[in-house]
Amino acid sequence: MQLKVERRLEVPGWMSLLAIIVAVIAALFIGGILLAYGGLNPVVAYKQMFKIAFTDKYSLSDTLVKATPLLLASLGVTVAFRMKLWNIGAEGQLLIGAWGATLVALFLLPKDTSRPVMLLVMVIAGFIGGGLWGLIPGVLKAYLNVNEIITSLMLTYVAVFFNNYFIYGPWSAGGFGLTAQFPKSAWFPRLLDYADPYPYFRGMTAHTGFLLGVLVAFILYALFKRSQWGYKTKLIGDNPNAARFAGINIRRQIMLAFLISGGLAGLAGMSEVAGVVHRLQESFSPGYGFTAIIVAWLANLNPLLVIIVAYLFGGLLVGGDAIQPAGIPLMIQGIIMFCVISASLLTRYRVRFVRKDKVIST
Amino acid sequence: MTQSKTNETLALDMRGIVKEFPGVLANDDVDFTLCQGEIHALLGENGAGKSTLMNVLSGLYRPEAGEIYLYGEKVELHSPRDAIDAGIGMVHQHFMLVPTLSVAENVVLGDPSVSYIINYEELDKQIGDIAEQFGLDIDPKAKIWQLSVGEQQRVEILKMLYQGAKILILDEPTAVLTPQEVTELFKTLREMTASGRSVIFISHKLDEVLEISDRVTVLRRGKVSAEVVSAETTKAGLAKTMVGREVIFRIEKKQSEPGGVVLEIDKVNALNDRGLPALRNLSLSIRSGEVVGIAGVAGNGQTELAAVINGMREVESGRILLNGVDITNKPATISIDAGMAYIPADRTGVGSAPSLSVEDNVIMKAYRKPPLSHGWSLDLKEIARYATDLVKRFNVKTPSIKTQSRLLSGGNLQKMILARELSREPVAITAVYPSRGLDAGATEDVHERLIEERDRGAAIFLVSEDLDELLSLSDRIAVIYEGQIVGEVPPDDDRIEEIGLLMAGTAVASSSPAAG
Ligand SMILES: Nc1ncnc2c1ncn2[C@@H]1O[C@H](COP(=O)(O)OP(=O)(O)OP(=O)(O)O)[C@@H](O)[C@H]1O
Ligand SMILES: [Mg+2]
Repeated sequence: MQLKVERRLEVPGWMSLLAIIVAVIAALFIGGILLAYGGLNPVVAYKQMFKIAFTDKYSLSDTLVKATPLLLASLGVTVAFRMKLWNIGAEGQLLIGAWGATLVALFLLPKDTSRPVMLLVMVIAGFIGGGLWGLIPGVLKAYLNVNEIITSLMLTYVAVFFNNYFIYGPWSAGGFGLTAQFPKSAWFPRLLDYADPYPYFRGMTAHTGFLLGVLVAFILYALFKRSQWGYKTKLIGDNPNAARFAGINIRRQIMLAFLISGGLAGLAGMSEVAGVVHRLQESFSPGYGFTAIIVAWLANLNPLLVIIVAYLFGGLLVGGDAIQPAGIPLMIQGIIMFCVISASLLTRYRVRFVRKDKVIST
Repeated sequence: MTQSKTNETLALDMRGIVKEFPGVLANDDVDFTLCQGEIHALLGENGAGKSTLMNVLSGLYRPEAGEIYLYGEKVELHSPRDAIDAGIGMVHQHFMLVPTLSVAENVVLGDPSVSYIINYEELDKQIGDIAEQFGLDIDPKAKIWQLSVGEQQRVEILKMLYQGAKILILDEPTAVLTPQEVTELFKTLREMTASGRSVIFISHKLDEVLEISDRVTVLRRGKVSAEVVSAETTKAGLAKTMVGREVIFRIEKKQSEPGGVVLEIDKVNALNDRGLPALRNLSLSIRSGEVVGIAGVAGNGQTELAAVINGMREVESGRILLNGVDITNKPATISIDAGMAYIPADRTGVGSAPSLSVEDNVIMKAYRKPPLSHGWSLDLKEIARYATDLVKRFNVKTPSIKTQSRLLSGGNLQKMILARELSREPVAITAVYPSRGLDAGATEDVHERLIEERDRGAAIFLVSEDLDELLSLSDRIAVIYEGQIVGEVPPDDDRIEEIGLLMAGTAVASSSPAAG
């Protein structure tokens, strides 16, 4: 007997879904082996993670908090990926978005600005900050055909140092790696802010950012489905030559996609500083922009599915934080990504047994 | 026929092949036989199931039912590799060569017996020998990107022969060839059958089929509708069994009544993909209500000219005017909005988006305007209605308007493109090989539509390699040679010789020179 691997011509739709499910299960399994190797009982650990992430109202709220930046950044990634533009620099765009929001909250607008105005201007600044950061690889791609994977990734490191300069330098509060706290008007309303009329919300930190994300997801969904822009995105993603043939200005669309993609990642950063940390500080994002890529991919670039997947990943982060050692969620994420990519490759092949002496079995 | 042959002389016997796709029964209980040393033509309307049947034979598709016997022995083909090992080689319409590698490297690519260190001298010689034996004129050292389409096809055939193919399948090989190249291909095919190999030949060109084949099998809606000996049938007879009605091969049209100049090409210079001059100071004008045919050997600038007119390629110098509006180096939207229709030569690479639905493909040029969209938003209901209507009017066979366009048969994809382009009442039409890959009935249909458009007042710029098509549709024929219009000839059957000489660049036109 001999194993033969053959290329499949058509990959049925159900198989892609199955592949993702199998991949996640496989990833948890592999993760379990590693947990066991580290001296933990994997079943207990996973149970614990699940319990912490999804069972009581406080952890549900914590999961929402973690899901929020993932959601917004994933939506950004989705926009670029739909056009087959591999923007993997969402993390950098997120950081610059946070920087823009901080600029508004601490330096541009007076402390006593009303909350709606303050937050609205911060949203705009966050979007513009991330958008401009995304536009750099976009312009380079559109005019010089520079590979966007490399530029967007490299710019992430530039963004880290850019922020560090400000939080250790001009914006630093007493020489530490953080700025002063935002005025209250620059805080996203949280559930706990309504604990007076509704005591049920006491201690729950979920904030408006998640609603913003859900709103953006629905808007994107509608745009993809029934706007000219969505159609152009689809066409360029499938065949740029045909898009050119249809009279679409591809350069402009590439730049626009990067602008929106980066802008949404920037919103993720804005929502994080306005909703959670309330200041700009070093490494406030544990790599949300990178995890967002996995989320977008698992959600099959469907904005509504992104909401669900982002929520589940939020749970993974919350649950993982609770068990030691702390690297667990990151490790499991990595394994999930690895498994998902392998599985989607594998769906393109099938394996068959043949007798060694005869290639054509009779 | 099948019964009268004994099993030993049958190279191939396919029995009761059934292949189903969602919504279509592409092969419905098909029997097909091939004798040793035979050239067997496979004919049929667009979407009849020819390519599907051959894909089953070459191991790409697994049939739902049916058996395949090779030289009397039953085989199961699970993959193209199995088919190659069994001596079946298929040349697809889209070549699968690596452009940066040499001919010899491409030929041995995927051959497990070639060692890691290649002895190039020996390899080139070995491949040169096979090429010579079958009259395939090709340099083993040449790089693929330097070759014309016809030469690339020879590399594909060479590859199959090198891999030991005893049965060679050619899916519409002549669609992309010049008449000279067709003659050469036929010589090669005869060499092959003389050496005991067998050939399955798919084509829509009935003259060719009658010339080269020993037998013809006609498919209709997935079923065998006839199997005849070529010598005992005629072109009209074949067309009738294929389409189910009489087909007119040369359409009746009235004398053209040209109006004002619609398309004016003025001293245009442009480069080709390799950066070499493709158009040199070319001037041509086309009036409303006339068809100007461009005759020329492939590679003399005709496809570049079509691209330049439609904003798909920049000009170095010169001007292009559409109804007096300068469209030189303007974005394609300008010429689309000015009423230009373009049927490009490359229908999968340029003319369509393969993974998008038929619906998304047919609105490519109309989506920006009402009624399909209002402001930013698309009117999905209206779009579905529009697409359904076009599919019906242009007779595109597709399971639904939501089907991905890559799943359409070659001819139906072309019909989809025609539907998109011709439905918008264009003022000018650039038609490059408009009937490529279409069956006789559909070709007739396209010809009629083009003439209708002409009579409505459209200016038509027609590029074709088929002289019959040019003569039958054109009101004037301009001959292109090395990027210049070298002469203009009326579409007269007696002037074919003159056209041929002009195409070869060896004569000066006796009639009026190029219009400017
Ligand atoms: N992979 C596929 N998935 C779904 N449907 C398919 C697929 N391949 C072919 N079909 C359908 O099967 C039918 C037969 O297609 P096929 O390509 O065999 O036609 P054909 O005879 O080669 O036509 P043409 O002359 O236009 O090339 C068509 O209706 C086509 O849409
Ligand atoms: Mg076909």
